[in-house]
Amino acid sequence: MTAETRQAASGSLAISLVTFRALMERDLKVLSREFVPFLARTAIQPFLFVFVFAYVQPKIGQRSANFGDILVPGLIASAVVLQGIQAVAIPLVTEFSQTKEIEDRVMAPLPVWGVAAEKIVFAMLQALIAAAAVVPFVYFVPLERPHVHISPLVLFTILPLGALLSASVGLLIGTSVSPRQIPLVFALLVVPLTFLGAVYYPWSSLEVIRWLQVATLANPLLYMSEGLRGALTPSYGHMNYFGVYAGMIIGCIASTYLGVRGFIRRVQS
Amino acid sequence: MATTTGPAAPASSSAPDSAQNTIVTRGLTKVYPGGTRAVDALDLEVRRGEFFGLLGPNGAGKTTTVGMLTTRVVPTGGDMWVGGFNVRTQPVVVKRIIGVVTQFNTLDRRLTAWENLYYHGRYFGLSRAESRSEADRILELVQLGEKRRAMVDALSGGMQQRLLIGRALAHRPEVLFLDEPTTGIDPQGRIALWDVLSHLHSEGLTILLTTHYMEEAEQLCQRLAIMDHGKILAIGSPAELKERIKASTIVTILAAPASEAFLADLRALSGVRSVAMRGEEIEVQADTSRGLLPAIATAAMAREVELTDVNVQAPSLETVFITLTGRKLRD
Repeated sequence: MTAETRQAASGSLAISLVTFRALMERDLKVLSREFVPFLARTAIQPFLFVFVFAYVQPKIGQRSANFGDILVPGLIASAVVLQGIQAVAIPLVTEFSQTKEIEDRVMAPLPVWGVAAEKIVFAMLQALIAAAAVVPFVYFVPLERPHVHISPLVLFTILPLGALLSASVGLLIGTSVSPRQIPLVFALLVVPLTFLGAVYYPWSSLEVIRWLQVATLANPLLYMSEGLRGALTPSYGHMNYFGVYAGMIIGCIASTYLGVRGFIRRVQS
Repeated sequence: MATTTGPAAPASSSAPDSAQNTIVTRGLTKVYPGGTRAVDALDLEVRRGEFFGLLGPNGAGKTTTVGMLTTRVVPTGGDMWVGGFNVRTQPVVVKRIIGVVTQFNTLDRRLTAWENLYYHGRYFGLSRAESRSEADRILELVQLGEKRRAMVDALSGGMQQRLLIGRALAHRPEVLFLDEPTTGIDPQGRIALWDVLSHLHSEGLTILLTTHYMEEAEQLCQRLAIMDHGKILAIGSPAELKERIKASTIVTILAAPASEAFLADLRALSGVRSVAMRGEEIEVQADTSRGLLPAIATAAMAREVELTDVNVQAPSLETVFITLTGRKLRD
């Protein structure tokens, strides 16, 4: 690099950081305007799950009362995944097709990948808010208080990794499908991922259905559910941490790379 | 952290004559996957403060040219500078100093009219206070002061177009790129927009406009490049371009049959410079219109040729384009 380009590059960096922050500001403004519906949308399904499976069913004798323990990590994980994916994919699909708004964001003074990165970071924030929103329900609604032992180090590394993973999968989906396909993608991809992501049972208990235990290793949500199980309810058994972190880190790198690459290809010709 | 997408620029990549020229391209080329050569070795210079037009039919390469200059299309060859910065190696700095209005309505649908301007200013590094006052000012400029709290979807098409152009100005760019800004706007809206653009130009803004409306090019642009098939065919002020047509009168004739013998008779008429077939029509370029129409009619009667339509006009940018390409601007 010559001195001249080095100076321009550092100028670019300063400009880009300011722009990145302003994009976050805009997204916060939009979110704050829609915050109550956002919370309602995020919390209703986990609430109904704990209410029916950990309160009603144990109360009427259809299920053991400790099912609430299983749901604590599972529902937090699925909230992060659903919110992380939706928060990027759904607006992005509209911005690419109907409104062409993405052209405007791309003309903001930062590198194209920076626009994608901002979308990931903001979706991570929403995913973490979703996780926090679910906590009171999974803790207070069940018939019996869940037996929770928190490992902070694991909890506060798994949650951001899980948020990053979900947001970047959302970016990948958002850059590769059309608006018409979105309901189908959620029905055929996102819903099965959450049902088969060790949300409603510990992964280790699948030993009796060996093929399913192996098949679900392809599900990125599995690693987060298991990681959170270790961080919150370790007595139920969980995948070893090496597997959890390896699965999440590989998943993050792959989906971030593919998502950002897809985004750049989509906006530049 | 890499903030440039291209290779590090060599020292020789500094902009040619950046003091005088706001936009410079050298051999700029774009070949799309599949082999379409949309822009072919384009050399262009737009001077500081100039209102410059790219005139050409759809598919001429105008939008691709603007796309490359505004960082959205990656060139396959050549180089380009905007405001003295290399667009390939310093896209972020270039984006900071340009305003862009594309053919699409890219307004932020989840924000109000005022917020569209405010957050745009913020993206471009304006402080909160600056961005606020700039949003107020622009809203008045584009006559949307009463609509400041309206969401975008509640605005009419013409209002949205004005807001789009206002937004492109909200960070006080050095250069404004307008890609077919009046396509799909009613004639009244078009004239209102022309007034706004003339005003901005008079304040010193450099403007690059693409259009396939020759009236628009003629009305607004100080200099024009006529483009077709990715190449510039002619460049100059509207008056200079029209002077290329040496004739003062153009007569287009629909005749049956348009026989060779009839064309030869027309060529022999006094004052006629050239006679050529343009599709179905015969185009006669002549030095004077005096006595020309009776002479044409007499020649037609002598050959028993029926004249179904005769049209007399002064040379226009349209005739310049037809002379250069053999085609009309809007086919």
